[in-house]
Amino acid sequence: MTEQVYYEDIEVGSEIPALVKYPTTMQLVKFAGASGDYYQIHYDKDFAIANGLPGIIVHGWLALSFLGQMVTDWLGQEGTLLKLSGSYRGMNNVHEDVICNGKVTRKYEEDGKNLARVEFWAENPAGEKTVTGNAVVSLPSR
Amino acid sequence: MNEELVISEELEGLVNVEFGPDVYEIETGMVRKFAEAIEDPNPAWQEVTPPTFPAALVPTSLLHRLFNAKTSLKRLLNGTSDLEYRQPIKIGDTISVMGRLTRMRQVAGQDGPTLFMFTEVTWTNQRGEVAVKGKNTYVKY
Repeated sequence: MTEQVYYEDIEVGSEIPALVKYPTTMQLVKFAGASGDYYQIHYDKDFAIANGLPGIIVHGWLALSFLGQMVTDWLGQEGTLLKLSGSYRGMNNVHEDVICNGKVTRKYEEDGKNLARVEFWAENPAGEKTVTGNAVVSLPSR
Repeated sequence: MNEELVISEELEGLVNVEFGPDVYEIETGMVRKFAEAIEDPNPAWQEVTPPTFPAALVPTSLLHRLFNAKTSLKRLLNGTSDLEYRQPIKIGDTISVMGRLTRMRQVAGQDGPTLFMFTEVTWTNQRGEVAVKGKNTYVKY
């Protein structure tokens, strides 16, 4: 595990460690089973193409799960995720990297808590932002 | 250009109606399968659930009505997901899910009419505490 991040360690503009995931068709099938989302565009290539898609595409919720992992990995055991939002703007194709990045855009105290807002995004290998969103977290103080 | 109206009376009749509860027992196996599916090895998920786990606690009663409502639009995409965490969802909890269609908007898209459906979902635990509040947008086109 990485070292615990503290409120005093961050400032607006601080980047959080990136995460790169490589979803396979098998992973999408597992996610379909685990989430109950059996829409065929996520595992049936013929169906996806007949629906005007380039091929099998990654569930939006799965891409958001990668972003969620990036944030909770960074938060460590003592940080708490309060809000997570994602907007699905483009497609992540199966068998392509999903590149997750994020940075702190606000740092503030509210109701005795040390809070930070993180803007994040996922990109495909073409450099297109496929998911954009943000998280609100509370961090421990030193 | 004349745009076909895709918001049917049936869909209109669903606005602001609460559907549910859909009740889920949070079992060890389902949480482990979810963590494995997202390939997130964080040991915390042996006790509490990952942030996107509410995706698996589907407001089925609402979505069944939404997605089975007759419309000329065949294709569906997820538009946005918003989750606000109030209490952790833990293994052993019983979670009741209520869902509501709050509004709809039709726009002229590249491939013809596009319908945005805005929903709000509440996940409540066995103590009656709201665990998570969510908003999801679905796009039919």
